[in-house]
Order: sequence, then C-alpha cells, then structure tokens
Amino acid sequence: MTHRSSRVLRVGALSRVEGEGALHLRLHDGRVTRTELQIYEPPRFFEAFLRGRAYTEPPDITSRVCGICPVAYQLSACRAVEDACGVEVGGQLAALRRLLYCGEWIESQILHIHLLHAPDFLGYASAVDMARTRRADVERGLRIKQAGNAILELLGGRAIHPVNVRIGGFHRVPTRAELRPLREQLARARDDAWATVRWVAGFDFPDAGADHALLALIEPGRYAIEGGIPAVMAAPHAHGLPGDTDEPLPLRQFPVHAFTEEVTERQVPYSTALQATLDGERYLTGSLARYALSGRWLSPVALQAAREAGLGDPLSGAVCRNPFRSIVVRAVEALYAIDEALRIIDAYRPPPRPYVEVFPRADTGHGATEAPRGLLYHRYALDADGTVTDALLIPPTAQNQGAIEEDLRRLVQRRLDHEDDPVTDTELTALCERGIRNHDPCISCSAHFLDLTVDRS
Amino acid sequence: MPATARATRPTLAVFKLASCDGCQLTLLDCEDELLELAGRIEIRHFLEASSAVGSGPYDLALVEGSVTTPEDERRVHEIRAAARHLVTIGACATAGGIQALRNFADVEEYRATVYARPEYIATLATSTPVSAHVPVDFELRGCPIDRGQLLEVITAFLVGRKPDIPDHSVCFACKRRGTVCVTVAHGTPCLGPVTHAGCGAICPAYGRGCYGCFGPSATTNLPALIPLLRRDGMDEPTLRRALRTYNATAFAALEARSQEQEERPS
Repeated sequence: MTHRSSRVLRVGALSRVEGEGALHLRLHDGRVTRTELQIYEPPRFFEAFLRGRAYTEPPDITSRVCGICPVAYQLSACRAVEDACGVEVGGQLAALRRLLYCGEWIESQILHIHLLHAPDFLGYASAVDMARTRRADVERGLRIKQAGNAILELLGGRAIHPVNVRIGGFHRVPTRAELRPLREQLARARDDAWATVRWVAGFDFPDAGADHALLALIEPGRYAIEGGIPAVMAAPHAHGLPGDTDEPLPLRQFPVHAFTEEVTERQVPYSTALQATLDGERYLTGSLARYALSGRWLSPVALQAAREAGLGDPLSGAVCRNPFRSIVVRAVEALYAIDEALRIIDAYRPPPRPYVEVFPRADTGHGATEAPRGLLYHRYALDADGTVTDALLIPPTAQNQGAIEEDLRRLVQRRLDHEDDPVTDTELTALCERGIRNHDPCISCSAHFLDLTVDRS
Repeated sequence: MPATARATRPTLAVFKLASCDGCQLTLLDCEDELLELAGRIEIRHFLEASSAVGSGPYDLALVEGSVTTPEDERRVHEIRAAARHLVTIGACATAGGIQALRNFADVEEYRATVYARPEYIATLATSTPVSAHVPVDFELRGCPIDRGQLLEVITAFLVGRKPDIPDHSVCFACKRRGTVCVTVAHGTPCLGPVTHAGCGAICPAYGRGCYGCFGPSATTNLPALIPLLRRDGMDEPTLRRALRTYNATAFAALEARSQEQEERPS
C-alpha cells in the first residue's frame, strides 16, 4: 500500500498561547480516533502550599498562577475568602474592583486579538511580522492594550501581579483627580476598539459549530465580570438541534457554593491539567459563553458594535457558536470593558475607607469571577484564626480542555471528509493550532494541583 | 565584537520553564518600544509571540521559570549551549520562584496523596534556579520583572556593555520616590530594607509593606530588621511565611547566613 491508512500527528510546543502544551492526534482510515491536548506545563502545587497560609494571603499568592490574568485570581480569591468570613464588599469599593478587572479584560483580550490570534486569519507568524505590512493595526492594538495596562498600573500599582488588592477592598483608593488622566486615554481606546471590532469582523471565518453546553456567570442587569451566579445553557444536541445553531436555549442556574457538585474534575494520563465536566459532559466557558448568557446586558455602544459585526442582535438573545468568531466576541467585550471603565470613572466618589474589615471565622467560602478566558472558581476552608486548611482553584482552561479537544476532532474530521482534496500534515498542524488559539487557552493556569476523588479502576 | 563583523541583526530567544508567563509577557507589555526593538533585533524564538521558530545559536537567550522536571533539567543545558549570553528573567529563573516552596516540603507526599494518578506526574523534588544547572550571564530579579529593567538588560547585552541594574534595597527607591516610610510612620511591617530594588517601591506607595517579591538585595542586614518586624506585630510563623513566598530559597539562604553570623563568636 502506498497510502497510509493510519497516521499520528504531533504538534509539539504550541505557539502563540500562554504556557506550553502540545497536541497528539491519531487518525485511522480517514477517521479521527484520538485528540489529546497535552498540557506538559510542570505542576506548581499552588493548592498544596496555600494550606497553612493566612486568610489574607491568597490574593497575592494565587495571582502568581497566571501572569496574564492575575486580577482574576486576586478577585476570585477575595470573593471566596470574604464569603467564608461572611462579608460582602459593595458600593464604590466594588466599583473599583470592577474597574481594575476591566483593565485586565482590555489588556488580555486585546493581547489575544492583536498579538496572538489575528495573525492566524491574515497568514502571519506573529504580530511583529504582521507589523511589516499592517503596522497601523498592530499599533492600534498596542495602544488599546496600553490603556488597559494604564488602569492596572494606576489602580493596582503595576500591570502584572498588582499589589493594591486586599481582602475587603484595596490598600489605597485613588482620588477622583488621580483617575481623571485615564479618561482621555480610554476615550481614544474606545474609538480604537470600535475600529478593532470592524477589523476582525471582516476576517474570513471557516464554518464551525461548537456543540457544547455553555457556562458563565450571570448578573441580570449588567454583563457579569467580577461576580454573579453560575448559569448553564444546554448543548444544542440536548434539544435535538444541530451544533452550529444560533438559537438561544433555556438557562438553568446553580449557586456558587454548589460549583463542585455540578463540575467534576478528573485526571487524564497525558496532561498535567485536570479536565472538568458538567453533568458528565464537556462544556465551554469564556467569551462565547458570556456573550450567549449576558449579551443583552452589554452597553449601547457594545450592543451596536455586536450587531454591526454580524453577531446578531444580543437583545433578542443571539448566540455565537463558531469558535473562529470568538475573536469578534472578544473585540466586542474589549469595547464594552473600555466603555464600562469610563462609566465607573465618571461615577466614582472615593469611599470613606479603602477596605472593609474582614474578621476570620471557621468556614468554607466560594468565589467565582469571569477571567478573560472564562469562569475562575476558588474555594478556601479556614479555621477560626483564619489559617487556610484547604484550597481549590478551578481555572478556565481545565474546564475548556474537553471542549477544545472536541472542536479539534470536528475540525480535522470535516477536513478529512474532503476526500477529493487530501490533507497534508503541515496543513492539519496549522488547522489544529488555529483551533486551539480560538479558545485562548491559558496553559500555565491550568496545570495545578488538586484534591481528587481517587479512582483507580 | 568588531563593528564590521555582523551585517545581520542580533538574535533573541525567549524560553520558559515552570512559571506563570508574567515575565515574558513583560516584553509584550513594552507597547511603546516593542516594534522598534523588533526592528533592531531578530526575535528568533519566542513561542508565546510567534509561531515561526528559528534554531540557535542565539545572541541573547532570556529564560523565564525554574527547573522542576527531569525534562527541563535536560532542556536548560540545551538552551545554554545555544546561547551566547543567557539572562534569567524573574524570581522563578533566578531563585526557584514560588514553586520552590516544595523544597521545604515532601514532594512525594504532595504528589502521591493529591494526584489520583501520581505516576503520570513527572516532577523533581525541588524547584531550582537556572544558575544551579548552568552558568548564567546575568540574573534579572522580580516577581514579575520590571519593564524598564528588562529593556535596559536587552539593550545592554546587544551593545556589549554591563546592564545598569543597581543592587541597593527598596528603601533607596522609597526615598527617591518621596514615600513616607510605612514602618516609621505607621508601624507597618516592611521587607523593604532587605529587598532588592527594581519595582520602584510600589507597595509602600500604596500604603502596604514591601513583601519581598524582588528577593534579597546585595548587602542586607536581616538580623537588624527582625526585631523591628516583631515589634510591628509579626510573630514567628508570620515572619517565616513573609520570607518564604516568592523568593523562598533566596531568603532562606539569607536566614541561614544570618544565623551563622549570630552564632559565630565575636
């Protein structure tokens, strides 16, 4: 036989993703028999060394899980510890937390759009290569990213691992005058972000549909960022609909404290990241899930941008299930975050104190927020003097891993089904790398340490 | 290097071991300088930023992350062999990072009791800095590193001079910034006097004590600081945790040295 009926394809060292991983694909007789997203990022044992730490420490320590979304870790940790201690932070302190998180959304979503993802659609190896012929597009991205970082630097002290977040609020809150210089930069970034929505909306999108359940926080009345209630939109197949349907489907909700009853993590032999399932099935969290569940609560500017970008009308519950179009949804979210940051700055009145006192008590607390890449859940058990006795972190990429593998299987299978046009390994590799980047996986986040129910079957 | 020797641009490679990606992200956070820098150097290997991967030798290799697996133990030698200059960036690559907390615990126990299938997890008992394995030309501190210092290091190596990175403590930076001392004014425990400058003394400017994320400075007097930290409310376990977080091995070595000095008869 001259043709190969079986082949194995390995994509070693994925590029333009955060952290290091690889893909292992097995094909047999024209069928994809195995897709393994291998996360070989070394485990760093965060949950182990959080034990024995004071209840004040998780925000700073867990920010070191991820250099790209440290605020997500800080604020999920704050919510979980405050929940254990029976405290809720509201008013202007909550508004400042949302502002800080908007800075991270802007920085992280624009990093992904302009520096990591757009080169795929335009045929470049990197943003630096892209800048040779499309310098204005790259410079625009850098300008918007800088505006996001400016919020982080002013409010957090620095863009990576900010120092100003503490349990109960902040170490120091800004004056109105200190926030004012951000206004001009953000107003310009809002125009730039509009241009970015239009830019990415014009890319060429392959047909694809993600037949997964969608999980995101919702906070009726506004787009969920720094809190909310977990809500699930069932997978289309559960309603007898095709995977690429853009129909909205009914939601069900569950309380944050029931998170680990709904979401189960398991270990797979080929990856240091655990894989999560919801009701025993794979699911997707992140921009596509948020847009499906909260799209109607975008600001007028972002609603208009979504419609113009061909994402349907969010007010009628439009859903986007094409992972390739996630770049458009991210751009709309970045625009929203800028608009929301401006709104918060305009409404800001400094609170009387930078934080509320949080006294420890023996209890378990749960906290979830929307990291740019999706829902990030933290759980801490404290003893009476505030020592952490148990910690659990469930990052977005561990949750999305199963859905990413399924998307890759479909993508490759669809390509293999073009029998008249044989596919080369190089082409398949490029296709899979694109499929992975659609989900912006944060691989260093997902390699973590966890207490598991031991299953040695 | 003779001026006529190289017509091509110097080459840069960025590698990652066990880490959070924050230090290499610092390079992408140089929004004002990134494109100009990319015009002066050839970014030949930078997985986070480019899918074009070129082989060495590289004029300058930046390494983020610590050595925690047998594979990375092997890889760090390959990186050294391919690099004319090797610079470590950040607390992980320079001091083992936060994951070096395992060095004070039993990793076998971590792994066996908490992973359902510990045999799938390849990890070393320790998290060590790159310099424990191969010679390093320069170590840039910080968790995360500072953007300005990173640009200084890259440009210095590209023109063949020593980077201008001062060795003094955070206290100097506080004075320069005009920040009122949080220990003197408010009795806030602060590691600033023993911590390497470089962050710009951010924490005291935001009303909190320095938590040592740049590791120990070159000349420190830890025994002199400890009574002050105790006076300001740090009990023994809190003090130990403060010193053993982001640069645990570097501060532990400093503690051991201080202990020896105290015990030595004068």
